[in-house]
Amino acid sequence: MSTEDTLGQAHAPPGEHRPRAADTAIVVRVALPHQLRHLARLRGEAVVEVTPPVTVAAVVDALEAAHPPLVGTLRDRETGRRRAMIRIYADGEDYSNAPLTTELPPVVVSGREPLRLVGSIAGG
Amino acid sequence: MGGVRVLVGTSKGGFVLTSDDGRRAWEVEGPLFGGWEVYHLAGSPADPDRLYASQSNGWFGQVIQRSDDGGATWDAVGNDFAYEGEPGTHLHYDGTSRPWELTRVWHLEPSATDPDTVYAGIEDAALFRTTDGGHSWSELTGLRTHETAPSWAPGAGGLCLHTILPRPDDPERMLVAISAAGVLATDDGGESWRLANRGLVSDFMPEPEAEVGHCVHKLARHPARPDVVYMQKHWDVMRSDDDGASWHEISGDLPTDFGFAIDVHAHDPETVYVVPITSDEQHYPPDGRLRVYRSRTGGHQWEPLTDGLPQADCYVNVLRDCLAVDALDPCGVYLGTTGGAVYVSPDEGDHWTPIVHDLPRVLSVEAQTLP
Repeated sequence: MSTEDTLGQAHAPPGEHRPRAADTAIVVRVALPHQLRHLARLRGEAVVEVTPPVTVAAVVDALEAAHPPLVGTLRDRETGRRRAMIRIYADGEDYSNAPLTTELPPVVVSGREPLRLVGSIAGG
Repeated sequence: MGGVRVLVGTSKGGFVLTSDDGRRAWEVEGPLFGGWEVYHLAGSPADPDRLYASQSNGWFGQVIQRSDDGGATWDAVGNDFAYEGEPGTHLHYDGTSRPWELTRVWHLEPSATDPDTVYAGIEDAALFRTTDGGHSWSELTGLRTHETAPSWAPGAGGLCLHTILPRPDDPERMLVAISAAGVLATDDGGESWRLANRGLVSDFMPEPEAEVGHCVHKLARHPARPDVVYMQKHWDVMRSDDDGASWHEISGDLPTDFGFAIDVHAHDPETVYVVPITSDEQHYPPDGRLRVYRSRTGGHQWEPLTDGLPQADCYVNVLRDCLAVDALDPCGVYLGTTGGAVYVSPDEGDHWTPIVHDLPRVLSVEAQTLP
């Protein structure tokens, strides 16, 4: 399994992501579909703390740790792959098929915008 | 407390219908888990306030919910249904081999004696068990690794394990049914399994009396007569008098012996209910009339029950888990349709009334008789 086709769980090779100088947790906002907010008993966005680098995988790891009912709903438990009908958007860009070690854009890392996990359109 | 709690799973959520012993006035709660498919809701016979729900959809996968207060509040519990070891393959519709893969939990069967123990039948067909109230699930691997499993192929609904039937007098002995493999039996709590399809005849197979490959839709039995098992097969209503070791047909004078649901009267092991459906190509009642058929003789002779059921222009289906009985006297019978209605008969099927008309497609109905 490559590190690029899993949503977290597998991580980049050691040394690839060296801690930044100020290795403090970053607060990241996450927008979830209504049904997952309800499952996690969230009224609005989730807020999670992520140790840099702030990647999609790291955010989902933190989200699952904070809200265990979400485990298995965003990524396949066995393979770690993003579930087929989950899309991942940040700063107006589609990160769904980007390498999951890709760092998220500054507007998400700074907390100005949420990472958006979206249920894809299916059916009429 | 008393009364009845009817647990309804639908394509867009779960519903709980409650009534007193009269079963005339009903309270309707729901939807629970709105927007999700709820294939099955089940209550523990050992603790009626302990409920379990299978919640799933194509976006977010499988979730199991548990209530400890009769459905007032729910908590998500464990949803890790990982096949043990190398899953292997089974046949797909097109004849190719596909790896076993979890789609959803079809059926939950709580233990008769322990509220924390539940069996789960899943698609692709396998049997899981929890002994800690749903937090963790372990596969009983002997079933999926049965020597015939690579030849199992899905029915139209998928390769689903939809019926789990422990013997009330010896829970180590169980029958399960899989569409479209057939019936398998265990005597050792699920460690080892044998085929239990002798006497079944399925004309859609190249060898109609083959040991495996039958599309068994549902099994039912009465706790007082555990050796007697009734079956609604794809076509044919069948009966076993030896706990599944052999089967004989009891379709008798039914207008059609295709159907999905079957159940047994709570107080009379020889009284059986089925809902005939036109055919495997026409999943609606014959002549647009929704009729439950009752046999008072353990099969062969059947009478239509129509009072209060739609008798014109009715083209709904009644799915395999959508017929249920309560344990009151007289026995209540419940029926859910793909048109979103749930009917009750408080008098053994003689008269029917809709409890609700317009739910989403009903996937399962269970009746709890409350102490």
